[in-house]
Amino acid sequence: MATTLTLNGEGVSFDVDPETPLLWVIRETAGLTGTKFGCGAGLCGACTVHVDGSPVRSCTIALGDVQGASITTVEGASGDLAEAVRKAWIALDVVQCGYCQSGQIMAAIALLEQTPHPTDADIDDAMSGNICRCGTYQRIRAAIHLTARTIEG
Amino acid sequence: MEKSREVESRITRRSVLKGAAFASAGLVIGFSLPQRSFSNSQSVQETFGPNAFLRVARDNSVTIISKHVEHGMGIFTGLATVIAEELDADWSQVKAEPAPADADLFKNLAFGIQSTGGSNSMQNSFLQYRRAGATARAMLVEAAAARWRVASAEISIDKGIVMHEASGRTASFGELVDQAAALPVPEDVPLKDPSRFRLIGRDDGTVKRLDSPAKTNGTALYGIDVKLPGMLVAVVAHPSRFGSTVRSFDDSETRQIPGIVDVVEIPTGVAVLAESFWAALKGREKLRVDWDETAAEKRGTDEIISNHRALLDQPGNVARRDGDVETALARAAKTVTADYSFPILAHAPLEPVACVARLSSDSCEVWSGDANVTPLQMKIAATLGFRPDQVEIHAVFAGGHFGRRNETALEAVEIVKAINGRAPVKLQWTREEELQNSVYMPMYLHRATAGLDDNGNLIAYSHRIVGKSLLLDSPEFAAQFVVNGTDFTSVVGLATTSYDIPNILVESHNAVVAMPAATWRSNYNKTYAIETFLDQVARAAGRDPYELRRSLLARDPREKKIDVLSVPEPVKDHIFAEHPRELRVLELAAQRAGWGEAMGPGRGRGIALAYAYSTPVAQVAEVTVADDGKIKVDRIVCAIDCGVAVNPDVIRAQMEGSIAFTLGSALHSEITMTGGAVDQSNFHDFQVMRIDEMPKVEVHIVPSAAPPTGAGEPGGVPVAAAVANAVFAATGRMYQSLPFGTV
Ligand code: FES
Ligand code: FES
Repeated sequence: MATTLTLNGEGVSFDVDPETPLLWVIRETAGLTGTKFGCGAGLCGACTVHVDGSPVRSCTIALGDVQGASITTVEGASGDLAEAVRKAWIALDVVQCGYCQSGQIMAAIALLEQTPHPTDADIDDAMSGNICRCGTYQRIRAAIHLTARTIEG
Repeated sequence: MEKSREVESRITRRSVLKGAAFASAGLVIGFSLPQRSFSNSQSVQETFGPNAFLRVARDNSVTIISKHVEHGMGIFTGLATVIAEELDADWSQVKAEPAPADADLFKNLAFGIQSTGGSNSMQNSFLQYRRAGATARAMLVEAAAARWRVASAEISIDKGIVMHEASGRTASFGELVDQAAALPVPEDVPLKDPSRFRLIGRDDGTVKRLDSPAKTNGTALYGIDVKLPGMLVAVVAHPSRFGSTVRSFDDSETRQIPGIVDVVEIPTGVAVLAESFWAALKGREKLRVDWDETAAEKRGTDEIISNHRALLDQPGNVARRDGDVETALARAAKTVTADYSFPILAHAPLEPVACVARLSSDSCEVWSGDANVTPLQMKIAATLGFRPDQVEIHAVFAGGHFGRRNETALEAVEIVKAINGRAPVKLQWTREEELQNSVYMPMYLHRATAGLDDNGNLIAYSHRIVGKSLLLDSPEFAAQFVVNGTDFTSVVGLATTSYDIPNILVESHNAVVAMPAATWRSNYNKTYAIETFLDQVARAAGRDPYELRRSLLARDPREKKIDVLSVPEPVKDHIFAEHPRELRVLELAAQRAGWGEAMGPGRGRGIALAYAYSTPVAQVAEVTVADDGKIKVDRIVCAIDCGVAVNPDVIRAQMEGSIAFTLGSALHSEITMTGGAVDQSNFHDFQVMRIDEMPKVEVHIVPSAAPPTGAGEPGGVPVAAAVANAVFAATGRMYQSLPFGTV
């Protein structure tokens, strides 16, 4: 039985094993490769997407569990906040290898939606599930603060 | 579905290279490299490529070809900066893409093969890429002079606009492409005077990383993202014990899983091929493999430690000898001794191994972020019975390297060979394999002994290291870097110490462990040992650690008589930093950190120095130790002298990143084994640094006009020692066994 959901604003239907983790449906079936695989166990955050607006580790949620949900990946993250986050990331040249950054950006957008002016402690709380082996943490923190300032206007 | 897009649409033989750099490469048209042409080569006249390192297109874009793989260190941006500088290009017209495999054109000048590592990407390319840019500039000037019938000396270039001031004529690079391409390539073109640099060293935000946009919108292409038509996904059942081989396997249940296409034996295990990763993974779960463990490593970490410890009591290969340590120690008024142990470490780049191979009857292509391009190409050719030029390697962005992503595509080639090339194959590793079946930074044990005279002067220093050699398993590197049994990577930083101690003895043992070894970003254990030992010596002598180091650095180390120094010939002459570059970074770090200022209770400050990858770097760490013994690293002040700072902000980023990488490992990371099998399986039990532990990092770059030296790894070399010394200052307890845990 096909699973129907909304992906980056479009209604889609996937006729694959509903036990398949959402991550692999996004990457292999939908061909949206911005969302990354790092651990497959909810421990690194590389696969972070938004499910009905909340950050979710797409490697640990089965396709069958998101029937009818609205999924946003890094490719589909748009709007003022998403653009401000991306701009801040580029302004501070946060990325290094870049592999974790889709997940970092999705987690940061979700944090700023909830908490427009996060403290360092808020950032640590919201972002400590997202590993960056290149160690871009100092800049991630700075970019989140910068976004908060620019969004404020 | 509509959004679905085959990556294939942008993976043609040419465009994958561009795709890897930027999704939209614009109007850049194929050009011919001197010895190899791309398949869809179009009119050469439409672009101008005076050498292998750049081409200028009619659309005005300047594309630099990076011989180094972009692992995140910013080398695309760095090499583009160097060429744009000499070319007087505008930064906005510059792009970068990776080079194909061609050792003649693209070898690392320090290694003699095409390979990225050792923090020498900028170091070995700086002059080469400057020359490439200057040559292209001279030809554009010549072309303009011919067009306007004026002397070339009257022509200037500013931000990509070629000008003849007297007549007011101007031309873009694109307009001059055809004429420039028709000119002979000049030799020995003079380089720009560094006083006129306007991109190199620029720190006002003009020179941004070229890969930031693609890495923030999901379009950057990594090995895991490559998709070819008809491609199968393979996961491999690897043995849990290193050195095991396949005796037999039963795939009857595996083959019943929908989506499974084939199951094949390869030298490293059994590969399950499927239409999707998930099917392949489920198929692997059902696979039963009978492993022949005759030659396998069956020892646990404890047994390996005891074996190393036994060697620690015996004299080893002499890496360095100055004077007579034994006699001096016998005469010493006071001796200090300390043993250190460093755990096995996995590199754990965030992208698990993922690469693609495609095989035809007379050619093989791979897509990977592997660093050792030439050895990979040679080994693939040998595996397939091909000539190296039948093997094409498409470098894609690597999701981290850190010493691990060297020749990973070889396994993908074994799989595609086992199915006779009937479909392209993507090899996909899991995190569990990255921790349990990978290559590792081996375990090391150290013993340090010092002798002090009546006045607290350090008169003797002996240091012995036991660990598996990183290089003996890699003939192409061992030939150069293992001398008289001494693996340079085991002793560098110790045998090469510039501290002025009258009697020095450094020895090493190459322990035998079946676990495959590979170097590790910053490889800091030697610096950790000597720099923390020095603080223990300082305390025994009643001296300030910073002042002790200053006194040991007063004299130029090259003036000292050294009796034995078993180091590779090519590096012999630059083993030591130019005096007094180390002293300068030490003083800068101490001064910026406020060395000597009072700190509150439970707080401590520690200093450490390294000369690593030809770069002196010093750091001061500030820590707070909580009542429960938990340590928090508050601040790292880092001073570095890496010669000309081509991209100062990229250098700062590399300091921040390498500090995080080392610090995370020193705080938490450890691979252990039971009965030869690795105990850890994922990021819950192999812990790495996360954002909540990231200290505030301040970087101070010493202004310099000297040629650039390493920047990717030096930052991670002294930091663990600086932190340990800070904890020592706060608590009196020195960590001699890593990871730290609590005090
Ligand atoms: S891949 Fe999903 S959390 Fe790591
Ligand atoms: S940028 Fe490489 S893992 Fe974060």
